[in-house]
Amino acid sequence: MVVVINGKEAEIVDGLSVLGLLESRQITPETVVIELNKDIVSSDVFGSTLLNDGDHLEILRFVGGG
Amino acid sequence: MNEDIFEIGGLKLTNRLFTGTGKYADDAVIPGVCEASGSQVITVALRRVDLESDTGNVMDCIPKHMQLLPNTSGARTADEAVRIARLARAMGCGDWIKIEVISDNKYLLPDGYETAKATEILAKEGFVVLPYVNADLYVARACVDAGAAAVMPLGAPIGTNRGLKTREMVRILIDEIDLPIIVDAGIGRPSEACEAMEMGADACLVNTAIATASDPVMMARAFGRAVKAGREAYLSGPGAIHSHAVASSPLTGFLSEG
Amino acid sequence: MSFYPICAEYSAAPLDERFAAISGEDVRRALAKTTLGAEDFFALISPAATPFLEEMAQKASQLTLQHFGRTIQLFTPLYLSNYCANHCVYCGFNALNDIPRTQLEPAQLEEEAKAIAATGLKHLLILTGEARTKASPEYLASCMDVLRKYFPSVSIEIYAMETDEYAALVKSGVDGLTIYQETYDETLYATLHPRGPKKDFRYRLDAPERGCQAGMRVVNVGALLGLGDWRRDAFITGMHGAYLQDRYPNVDISVSLPRMRPHAGEFQPQSIVSDRDMVQTMLAMRIFLPRLGITVSTRESAEFRENILPLGVTKMSAGVSTAVGGHSQDGDKVGQFDISDERSVAEMCAALRERGYQPVFKDWEPITDPEHEGAA
Repeated sequence: MVVVINGKEAEIVDGLSVLGLLESRQITPETVVIELNKDIVSSDVFGSTLLNDGDHLEILRFVGGG
Repeated sequence: MNEDIFEIGGLKLTNRLFTGTGKYADDAVIPGVCEASGSQVITVALRRVDLESDTGNVMDCIPKHMQLLPNTSGARTADEAVRIARLARAMGCGDWIKIEVISDNKYLLPDGYETAKATEILAKEGFVVLPYVNADLYVARACVDAGAAAVMPLGAPIGTNRGLKTREMVRILIDEIDLPIIVDAGIGRPSEACEAMEMGADACLVNTAIATASDPVMMARAFGRAVKAGREAYLSGPGAIHSHAVASSPLTGFLSEG
Repeated sequence: MSFYPICAEYSAAPLDERFAAISGEDVRRALAKTTLGAEDFFALISPAATPFLEEMAQKASQLTLQHFGRTIQLFTPLYLSNYCANHCVYCGFNALNDIPRTQLEPAQLEEEAKAIAATGLKHLLILTGEARTKASPEYLASCMDVLRKYFPSVSIEIYAMETDEYAALVKSGVDGLTIYQETYDETLYATLHPRGPKKDFRYRLDAPERGCQAGMRVVNVGALLGLGDWRRDAFITGMHGAYLQDRYPNVDISVSLPRMRPHAGEFQPQSIVSDRDMVQTMLAMRIFLPRLGITVSTRESAEFRENILPLGVTKMSAGVSTAVGGHSQDGDKVGQFDISDERSVAEMCAALRERGYQPVFKDWEPITDPEHEGAA
């Protein structure tokens, strides 16, 4: 199935959780915040939140800024 | 002498220099900057993770004792700022937020109206809101009414290092606004930060001037000292400067006649 | 919000000791600042500031010029009524004083208004005693129907009112409120106002703030200097002005600096406020609050009023009678107090011009017709 991650379409396997996606991309879950279809996903439900076809996902982290 | 405490957002700070994490040639210098300046508050921005390349995590470079002040840079409207603020809070690093709403990319001047709107929404949600604004009395008052924890007027447009160009307007905010005034943006030299503090500003936020110095750590130390010196000068009540030596013509002469 | 807790705190504080502790260096420091705090104003009012009067005058003069130019706004009081239920022991209209009581009828008021308007004056201050039943809010509104035709700006100096009553008067064309606390010393106030509605210190103290909230354009406070310790009263008057300025930045805040004058009745002032004291008070006010309006009445002599022109004053009364019908009615009248500067409006104007000052009759006119504003 296809989801949109940070504005780009990506093919992912069915039944993947948010946590699974982060792990597959070597992203440490503690360093990011996730917005799924404009809703913030709390980090304690990363594992139980499953992705669906057509989902829009934003993965954000703190970067340098003033 | 009693310790000079700067209380904001439920925190008691002993240092009045806020620093940032933007524009460093190498983020590895940030711990040195924090230590040399004595700063206790540091800003970060929120961005999409770059999925193609593995960039370092700025959070690894921020000493644990620092109070994080995420900004809403990138927001062009109040709604976008609110969205970024909520995401930043979900990072689990506290509820401080610097509102920055900019839709003019030529001058990068903050939109006071949208900033006040975002401030009101976020203050109600329990954020410690520090709005970054032009040095404008009405905007500052709107931020006070909206529930801001401090007002952060700019000294000059962001990143210009041009100094305290808004001096007279900042002075008005210091006089009229009952919240802490933190001069943000534009300060390029320690002497300018010192002047802002001497005028009675409560703190200064300096990022570019430190990050782009040839020796950021040394510049950070200089800013830390300048802010301290300015604060002490303000607290000590400076002596009189005499603008005139002798009165041109006495105005009270009539009082001694009778 | 109320100025009362602040006032009460100052009243309870040992201000005399604090005045005595002020040094010349404190005064110098206050004079050097661009923005003064309460402690700086306190220093300028203190005895320690008396050797610095000339320096204060130079600074006050510069600030006055900067903020107001070489102008003096002229106005005159119009006494509508001298019925009064109060027993203010220092006042000529005290209920106990056996004087003829009268109140202008609309036709008489028209005569009075015409006589004043003929002098060129455009700003009017209407006064009554404390007589809610006689000089009622309705009576005042009917007076405004007459006065609006002649005067673009009318202020009231009457009994303390509720916010909605002030708002109703604003709607009828009143744009300014003058109300003096007389003294900010609550204990002394009680002895000076033994009976009558004015006895309520706090109700009167909050009246200027109610006026600000009701939409008055100008609010003028003051203490009758000499009733109590003038330094204390002058200091708290200034703090009252600062309190209102801070909270109601859309209102022009003014203070009056009246000092006790002889009048019918037995009361004589407790402390004498000398010319030097008056000048110090005015200078300190100006330096503390650079854009404060400062009003000086015809209680002061012509000579004194001319001498203080550069020092901070911005508004002066002219062509004054403090008696009801004093501008158009014949016969002997008893005024509220005796005036000292008896010059006509024309004489005042000539004297101001002579000194290089422009007499200002009118500095604003409402754009909207108050009659129709409410209906919109």
